[in-house]
Amino acid sequence: MSEIPGNLKYTESHEWIAEGEDGIVTIGITEHAQQSLGDLVFIELPEVGTEVKQEEICGVVESVKAASDIFSPLAGKITAINEKLVDEPEIVNSSPYQDGWLFKLKPSESLDNLLSHDKYREITEN
Amino acid sequence: MLRKTPLYDQHLNAKLVDFGGWEMPLHYGSQIEEHHQVRQDAGVFDVSHMTIIDLTGKKVRQFLQYLLANDVGRLKTIGKALYSCMLNENGGVIDDLIVYYQTDELFRMVVNSGTRDKDIAWITHYAKEYAVQVQERDDLAMIAIQGPQVTKKIKDLLPATALSLKPFHATWENWFIARTGYTGENGFEIMLPAKEAPELWEKLLANEIKPIGLGARNTLRLEAGMNLYGTDMNENCSPLEAGLNWTVAWKPLDRNFIGRVTLQAQKDSGNHRIMIALVLQNKGMLRDHQAIYTDNGEGYITSGSFSPTLGRSIAFARVPMGKYEQVTVQIRNKTLVAKVVKSPFVKNGNVLI
Repeated sequence: MSEIPGNLKYTESHEWIAEGEDGIVTIGITEHAQQSLGDLVFIELPEVGTEVKQEEICGVVESVKAASDIFSPLAGKITAINEKLVDEPEIVNSSPYQDGWLFKLKPSESLDNLLSHDKYREITEN
Repeated sequence: MLRKTPLYDQHLNAKLVDFGGWEMPLHYGSQIEEHHQVRQDAGVFDVSHMTIIDLTGKKVRQFLQYLLANDVGRLKTIGKALYSCMLNENGGVIDDLIVYYQTDELFRMVVNSGTRDKDIAWITHYAKEYAVQVQERDDLAMIAIQGPQVTKKIKDLLPATALSLKPFHATWENWFIARTGYTGENGFEIMLPAKEAPELWEKLLANEIKPIGLGARNTLRLEAGMNLYGTDMNENCSPLEAGLNWTVAWKPLDRNFIGRVTLQAQKDSGNHRIMIALVLQNKGMLRDHQAIYTDNGEGYITSGSFSPTLGRSIAFARVPMGKYEQVTVQIRNKTLVAKVVKSPFVKNGNVLI
């Protein structure tokens, strides 16, 4: 059973979303996602300042086994990316919810449509 | 229903996958750590899904000289092994294999797993004329032990005759032990009765040889410049188009082998596709089937992955005949440059490119 923190929101495509107090959200991939991908060897992140739509592909995480697109869970503007991952993608494997965050975004829509941790757990269990 | 090897119970802590109809370990935690383990220390693989075939008969050598593109006539000493392709009449590769010379009336062959049924049918068909008996040895398990520290770590488990084997030689006092492998490192492949395999596996683990899954097996063989049947070559591709020219014995000129005529014509034309080895110069990943662009036209990647030893992406690609220093590849709307290098990329722990 993989870890699904209760204080985060989720998507069906296995991204997690953390709400910050400043209205900026932080986005990463879940423990379940990193486990099924295996060792990550390459990560491509969006450029800071890019406007993204909801469910737009804005990056890629690649393991030895497979490439997996990262979808933006919300529309908004990219405000920061985790530069460390360019040289150390394995951080996402070791710390998917903390040091392995992917990017930050200033959303232009509400977070109401994202999944709760209970709903996401149901998805991963099925 | 997936097939299970005699070592299935030893893999319960692994991530198991359907590998050509077999339930096999992909990794036991981290594929990359397992790769480094074999390059730097010692690892053990369950390769019992591979197909072991014994060929017996008075004319077995003559039969194999007709069946295989490499020449078993080169096997002069008992226990010597030979790598070869088995071709169809068009020169396409039915399978690649290793054949061991045991006696003048017995040769053992190890072919791939996914090709088991068609290989046995093909071999049996041609064996009739030579009165050669074809017996699959599915009573045996197969364990590969690979890495620079292997000899030191198995001293108490294998007989001295096995430990002193030269590369590509085998001995069979009790178990069949060969100094062969699929990683580019020193090591052994052991064929033993299925029921004895779990005990040997546990003893190897107790000697601090770590279990390695098929994920690392693939990146190890790719770095070592070794082809994988089904991705790097198949029945629509000749050995000349798969970087396996060195495995075709053209001499003696009067040795007729299946596929020879077509293969000779292809060689004489000098205009067949070739296999090249690539190192990606940018960050990114070369993957199977990606299109490759050269000065002479388009080709494609047959095997692409991440090289844990080099820390960058490497690949084999099939491209039009030519001499290349670099090629380009399209990955997600970006054009990236890959340098053409001489295979293998890595051998005995050393980077060669």
